[in-house]
Amino acid sequence: MLDLIWLLPTFPLLGFLILVLSSGQLSKKVVALVGAGSIGLSFLVAALIAVEFLNSGAEFYSMTAWTWMSVGQFTPGFTFYLDGLSLVMMLIITGVGFLIHLYSTGFMIDDPSYSRFFSYMNLFVASMLMLVLADNLVLLYLGWEGVGLCSYLLIGFWYDNPANGAAARKAFVVTRVGDTSMALGLFLLFAQLGTLNIQDLMGAAEANWTSGSGVAVAAALLLLGGAVGKSAQLPLQTWLPDAMAGPTPISALIHAATMVTAGVYLIARTHILFELAPTVQLLVAWIGLATLLMAGFTAMTQHDIKRILAYSTISQIGYMFLGLGVGAWSASVFHLMTHAFFKALLFLGAGTVILSLHHEHDIFKMGGKRKQLPVAFYSFLIGSLALAAFPFTSGFFSKDEILLGALALEGPGTWLWLGGVVGAFFTGIYSFRLVFVVFFGESQAHHDDKEVAGWNMAGPLFILMVLSLLGGFIHIPVESVFNHGEAHEEHHVSGLIHGIMIAVPLLGILVAYLFYGGRQLSADKLMANPLAAALHKFWFSHWGMDALYNTLFVRPFVYLAKLNRLDIIDQCYGLVVTLSRAGHGLLAKLQNGMLGWYAASLIFGLVLLMTLGVLL
Amino acid sequence: MSPIPFEHGLIVAGILFCLGIVGVLTRRNIVFVLMSLEVMLNACGLAFIVGAARWGNADGQVMFLMILTLAAAEVAVGLGLIIQIYRRFHTVDINVLSQMKG
Amino acid sequence: MIIVLLISILFFGGVLAWLAEIIDPRLPRLVALLAVILDFLVMLTLLGADADGAWLVSFTADWIARFGITIYFAVDGLSLLLILLTAFLGVIAVGSAWTEITERTGFFYFNLLWTLAGVVGVFTALDLFLFFFFWEVMLIPMYFIIAIWGHENKQYAAMKFFIFTQVSGLLMLIAILVMAYLHYSQFGAFSFRYEDLLNVETSGALGYWLMLGFFVGFATKLPSVPFHSWLPDAHSQAPTAGSVILAGILLKTGAYGLIRFTVPLFPEAAMEFAPIAMTLAAISIVYCAKVAFGQDDLKRLIAYTSVSHMGFVTLGVFAWNEQALQGAIMTMLAHGLSAAALFMLAGGLQHRIHTRSMAAMGGFWAQVPRMSVVALFFSIAALGMPGLGNFVGEFLALLGAFQANITLTTISALGLVLASVYSLWVIQKVFHGAFTGDSDQQGQLLDLDRREMCYFILMMLGLIWMGLYPQSFLALSEPVLDGLLSSSSELFAALGRG
Repeated sequence: MLDLIWLLPTFPLLGFLILVLSSGQLSKKVVALVGAGSIGLSFLVAALIAVEFLNSGAEFYSMTAWTWMSVGQFTPGFTFYLDGLSLVMMLIITGVGFLIHLYSTGFMIDDPSYSRFFSYMNLFVASMLMLVLADNLVLLYLGWEGVGLCSYLLIGFWYDNPANGAAARKAFVVTRVGDTSMALGLFLLFAQLGTLNIQDLMGAAEANWTSGSGVAVAAALLLLGGAVGKSAQLPLQTWLPDAMAGPTPISALIHAATMVTAGVYLIARTHILFELAPTVQLLVAWIGLATLLMAGFTAMTQHDIKRILAYSTISQIGYMFLGLGVGAWSASVFHLMTHAFFKALLFLGAGTVILSLHHEHDIFKMGGKRKQLPVAFYSFLIGSLALAAFPFTSGFFSKDEILLGALALEGPGTWLWLGGVVGAFFTGIYSFRLVFVVFFGESQAHHDDKEVAGWNMAGPLFILMVLSLLGGFIHIPVESVFNHGEAHEEHHVSGLIHGIMIAVPLLGILVAYLFYGGRQLSADKLMANPLAAALHKFWFSHWGMDALYNTLFVRPFVYLAKLNRLDIIDQCYGLVVTLSRAGHGLLAKLQNGMLGWYAASLIFGLVLLMTLGVLL
Repeated sequence: MSPIPFEHGLIVAGILFCLGIVGVLTRRNIVFVLMSLEVMLNACGLAFIVGAARWGNADGQVMFLMILTLAAAEVAVGLGLIIQIYRRFHTVDINVLSQMKG
Repeated sequence: MIIVLLISILFFGGVLAWLAEIIDPRLPRLVALLAVILDFLVMLTLLGADADGAWLVSFTADWIARFGITIYFAVDGLSLLLILLTAFLGVIAVGSAWTEITERTGFFYFNLLWTLAGVVGVFTALDLFLFFFFWEVMLIPMYFIIAIWGHENKQYAAMKFFIFTQVSGLLMLIAILVMAYLHYSQFGAFSFRYEDLLNVETSGALGYWLMLGFFVGFATKLPSVPFHSWLPDAHSQAPTAGSVILAGILLKTGAYGLIRFTVPLFPEAAMEFAPIAMTLAAISIVYCAKVAFGQDDLKRLIAYTSVSHMGFVTLGVFAWNEQALQGAIMTMLAHGLSAAALFMLAGGLQHRIHTRSMAAMGGFWAQVPRMSVVALFFSIAALGMPGLGNFVGEFLALLGAFQANITLTTISALGLVLASVYSLWVIQKVFHGAFTGDSDQQGQLLDLDRREMCYFILMMLGLIWMGLYPQSFLALSEPVLDGLLSSSSELFAALGRG
């Protein structure tokens, strides 16, 4: 069974090929069957493989399909590598991916480009599986770029609107900056250690590099560059909110559940390298903390239902980075999984809301939809509870583990923990602000809208609700992957700490209730304060990051490109042309047909020659 | 009668030559230009004769005869051309006749 | 003998095509197609050839014995890859001219085939005199193709192309002659043969200048900054088939020359020069990517991206290690296909809407879905998407270059980001967005027909093959590169530089 692992990316790839080659000729039913069915088959295979792998008790399994290229020492192959970590990722991708595909068969049913949508989606899943199953970094890079491409294509899916195209390009280019850094990291690792096979690489790094050595730090930094790009962390997080321009299932699959967590996966996969570079590892934690707080502030100010969720995704991935940075590897991967459950649930719920309300995105134009959109309401309620880490939901366990991991770290651990707790407070506020504004209070129009939720849309939501509630009890088999890296000594944590961590999100929910549920406090009154208004504006623009990057990079580049449209080097050759033209003109003037002029020049030349002859 | 000093002869030849040049450069009538050319040729001839007298060598005189012939031929052709030019352009002003420009 | 056959098929095919016009103006294209396909098939027989020493096959005959000039052809894995690319793109080029060229067809296909013959000669000639002969043979028919069948500013473009290549070619000719003379002074006889010239002692300042002569000749063809500026004009004015040949094959002769001649003949000087050459490469990559972004003329834009991509080749060649060289060769092959395809698309668009200005394009996706998908594919290939040939080339080139020079490689890697900027910009401007062409064209644009799809699918398959299983190509060039690298490393060892 294990040797069928190559089928995992093959099914979606086949689906992609069928859909592309049929070029929109298939009926929507067949498209849905191919599109969702291929992922379903992958999930089945993944589940069977998982069972067999876990029963076998092996630490890893690898299988080479063929050698990709062989140039000197450089011999990456199409080799699949399965261990606890890739197993978890593979199940998330195929499982959540299948649910989202199923949901999309209903969500996109009215779209004329139904087939194109599923072809991109299938290609995405194939690439993502390549990414997590790759045994070497080059193959991982293939998946890495592949998911970036699909993300681009799907953000710009509705290409009629140039704004969508701009968002798509922004997403691709910004992540590409990170990807390039990662590619340089690959070059450095290969130049130093002579291999890019991940396991060999980690072994060689451990054997050859001392902790904190310069080259380890450089390599870890370069890989981190790739990770922050893909996972939308500071300073490359600006693309994710704009990426919401794509269809909502895309946001659920790519920009919440799977692709954006690829950075987390990369760091977890190469955690040995990061342990060899403690400064970089600590940097990961600080990046995570800064991002989660910044995104938390911004999420509280947004009006667009999808942008709120996007900032919350950035913030939650910040938690994962925080966990990675403090060495709580398995906690981060655990949070990755639970986040995939509840964020997919939230996005799909948002999709139902948006579809039912005729593509309305502004939450303040909704309100009181509790009765009208029951499935969406329960999705949001449960999703938000998990997101806010309400006790005993899935998000509670995973976030708890990360924060405890932070607390266990010597030195800055307490500060990191404190920041994480403050972030949890914000999470409570923004997630329930959304719930209260959309589903409680007065209804704002759209009175007669019926909820759009057929079985293929409601079914996945129910399954995700269950997973979001109970996902915390799933045990992920990653000990053998991280066994030598995990902080083992049981840290004794006082009851007070636990109390704080339970109470803070509840406090956040309470604040959200006071402002938006019971209306005991008024946000408008708060906004009357000029300082608060200014802060609101600042946070609303996500700390002015977009404007900053526009001024620093985009505008100068465009300006320079326009300025030099004619290519200054070509102009230099133009100078040669101008000079010879001028010389030509000058000489042509001499030949003016005046006999006297000719005679004079003749004599002048003669005199000149004679003088030269006399002098020399 | 003492012979004319060698230098005097050359100076006269030089003056004649320069006069010829000035004539060629300044006259606008093509006939005068031709005449100035003749003056220059004769200046050269004079220089040859002076040289021949100085060294007692007949080569100079031979050369003068040659220049004489040449000048005669040149004037014949030149005057012929001038007549043709005058017939065609009705002018002998060389500044007007600037068809040779490139 | 088979090499002579390869070249003669093209030469005689060209003459035949010219003559065929007398019978029917549609006949020459058929003759040309048959000649190129025949050539391709003959080349395929070389794939199975056993290596005869360093060469798979070779051919020698006397030409001008007095000066040691011979007719000496030989093919090894590197040449074979490139002549296969030549014949393959030759077929594509004939196809792309199929309906576009309607005037003086006979003379057009004559020029096309003679250019191809010149290119095959360049890739196989190993007597430097003969090499230079073919270098000129491929130049002059190309001049006619641009000057006669080009667009609005064709005279200017053709003249620029001619002057740039001719002047740089003359520098190379001088260097070749001096090399033959050096052989005379060191061994007592003139020789232009590659193997003989390899033994010529070329250290010191003279060697450096000779190397520069070769380098300028090849770098102009490649082209590399600062000799690139003929390319955008030539491409924007040339007919589609001309662009295909130019971008797909002619540029590769420059890269081939660098690998085959510049570095092996002057190993010391080339290594001394390497940092400068790699700097030029890095500038080419980044600068031309930036200039490309500013263009409005679609063909000019693609031309600048060509310069940018060929920078990876220069970078790889002068890094001079196995990964870098393989990367350079893969980039040549993959870029040959992707750039040719992009030019065909631009040509197809020009044919349909009679302008190359991107300002007049937009929202074509719904109109021409097949063409859009094809364009998307090749843009993605050009920006270096893994799984396609260009990625393999650029990744290997950078991987190898990183071992030689970290700073320049880092700068060059920026090209990957910029490539995504301009590629996606083209897609956005031309195919996405709302329809912005002439309103009477809406619904009138013709999508790719079956013939065009056929060519594009062939090229797509080629790129996918290169991307997923590049080993079939790498294996052909590997023994060649091993030979080159081991001889140069022996030399460096002898010089005590490791």
